[in-house]
Amino acid sequence: MKIHEYQAKSVLARFGVPVPRGEVAFSATEAGEIARRLGGSISVVKAQIHAGGRGKGGGVKLAKSPDEAEQLAKQMVGMTLITHQTGPEGRKVGRVLIEEGLQIDRELYLSIVIDRAAACPVVIASAAGGMDIEEVAASHPEKILREYIDPGTGIVPFQSRKLAFGMGLEVGPAQKLVKVLDAIYKAFIETDASMIEINPLILTKGGDLLALDAKVSFDDNALYRHQDLRDLRDLTEEDPLEVEASKFSLNYIRLDGNIGCMVNGAGLAMATMDIIKLAGGEPANFLDVGGGANAEQIRNAFKILMSDKNVKAVLINIFGGILRCDVLAQGVIAAVKELGVPVPIVIRMEGTNVEEGKRLLKESALNFTTADSMGEAAEKVVALAGKR
Amino acid sequence: MAVLLDKHTRLIVQGLTGREGTFHAKQAAAYGTTVVGGVTPGKGGTTHEGWPIFNSVHDAMRETAANATVIFVPPPFAADAVMEATDAGIPLAVCITEGIPTVDMLKALTFMEGKKTRLVGPNCPGVISAGKAKAGIIPGHICKEGRIGIVSKSGTLTYEAIHQLTRVGMGQTTCIGIGGDPLIGTSHIDALKLFAADSDTEAVIMIGEIGGTAEEDAAEYIKREFRKPVVGFIAGQTAPPGRRMGHAGAIIAGGKGTAAEKMAALTQAGVHVVQSPADMGAKMREVLGK
Repeated sequence: MKIHEYQAKSVLARFGVPVPRGEVAFSATEAGEIARRLGGSISVVKAQIHAGGRGKGGGVKLAKSPDEAEQLAKQMVGMTLITHQTGPEGRKVGRVLIEEGLQIDRELYLSIVIDRAAACPVVIASAAGGMDIEEVAASHPEKILREYIDPGTGIVPFQSRKLAFGMGLEVGPAQKLVKVLDAIYKAFIETDASMIEINPLILTKGGDLLALDAKVSFDDNALYRHQDLRDLRDLTEEDPLEVEASKFSLNYIRLDGNIGCMVNGAGLAMATMDIIKLAGGEPANFLDVGGGANAEQIRNAFKILMSDKNVKAVLINIFGGILRCDVLAQGVIAAVKELGVPVPIVIRMEGTNVEEGKRLLKESALNFTTADSMGEAAEKVVALAGKR
Repeated sequence: MAVLLDKHTRLIVQGLTGREGTFHAKQAAAYGTTVVGGVTPGKGGTTHEGWPIFNSVHDAMRETAANATVIFVPPPFAADAVMEATDAGIPLAVCITEGIPTVDMLKALTFMEGKKTRLVGPNCPGVISAGKAKAGIIPGHICKEGRIGIVSKSGTLTYEAIHQLTRVGMGQTTCIGIGGDPLIGTSHIDALKLFAADSDTEAVIMIGEIGGTAEEDAAEYIKREFRKPVVGFIAGQTAPPGRRMGHAGAIIAGGKGTAAEKMAALTQAGVHVVQSPADMGAKMREVLGK
């Protein structure tokens, strides 16, 4: 689960990570009030969306007075912000963060993620903060520093010092970095984060370290034990169909094509998308109905698929292991009869009770196209979608 | 021969008294696996479907001489179950549970370091040695005894591979579902090493998916020392970056973990990579010239 920058900063601050003073505003008036409350002349107005690249897209602006902050917020709230991470359709800005302006001396990069191969958290740091870290990693890999953390001890001060000196910090800020990294690591473990990224972590002219930006995402599997974090979810940042699907425990991701897919198992669902593409088509979605899909789940899945108006044909690819093909066929027939699915449906099923399943489909008198293999199914569905 | 499971396997089921545990314990027994009991804390001393239930894995091992466990415990308690099995010293633990928090697995894997238990999974379909025994949810009836090993991150895609092999007349030694989570016990390389040492396994189908670098690491290992033919498939060639494709580990992050990179690394290592998931069985037959 992703959260907004202002939420990430408030979570990190709870663990002792220093962040600039600031508050979130949902309107220009609120923004003005906050800017006045912060005092000082300079403030920063930052659009809050779940995507990076906001600065280049015009979503981060400097205000020289509270009135200007209000003015900038007026332009920003409600605007559609397009960045390299939002796609061409962009994201609507619903809230802005108003923060104090700071005198920046240096910009550093810090993040923590799990390193899968080493099976431990890794802290990544770079003196080249404020830039796209992927570009830095590609062009100057030597500027990326890594420390692998033993989960038994947590981050140890010498590791933080190593990173600090590696980034060229003086003794004073280096000691501060030890504290900052302690706090970030604690936040990472205790909130079940999957990523914490601070880019940039700034060194002010006064010698303080502050998280000027923060990106935090959480492990969905652990949200059950964090009610406070679940409350931070902003549904307006998510695809409405994906939100709807998640209510039925369906794993659904919307894509750009016109062939709807309904598959059991994540790997097979991905492979089905791949084979549609190989056959010359474009998948409209990823949809894993799960291993124990029943008639109810199949009905829900059809509803989600058919809510996407781009869908011109549907491919159902099920390998019945535990899920029996006859049960699946009954579910499909019932759902199609009830919902009146207006596009061609190609069904490929294999596994337990497949013959009985095929017989049911045939006798249903509904206009299903069946296929014996994944390849055949993909070709048929691509042909059917192309005709419409 | 086969790997991990055979006729000498004595299996216990952690979470046997639950719905999933009961169903799959019966399926395993019906397949010919020697299921010797179950563990459900608090229900020790009772029996369930004829099997004795124990309060702990330690008790179960002492009483039944079990040498493998399959874990069907809900996500909040699954890492605990894995560590308990490890502490009891059972040689093989297969964890089916999907949705275990990563931090929990981090603790479990740290706990397991230097201990003798091998973990398969979590979030996997388990292991089956064709015609001998199974621990997990892979349907037994689609398997056929033979000489191909399978290692895969994905469940139903494993079934697909088994089915395709069986269709072209080739059976399997052992099929290992290693799971689609970011942190897992047995890796592709670990599984390949088992197959390398198994004289009955003639060739291997390796199925990967987007996310992480396990496939690239396996490619390096194969190039260096794996001498049996490998047919490979990577799921997620069309997956968009930054989106988690069902499995917790299936995500292209920071431009890394793409199918294209993995396929290139495997091809370079001499693996027969198929672009289409429908071609795994046929390619294996072609490679073995049968």
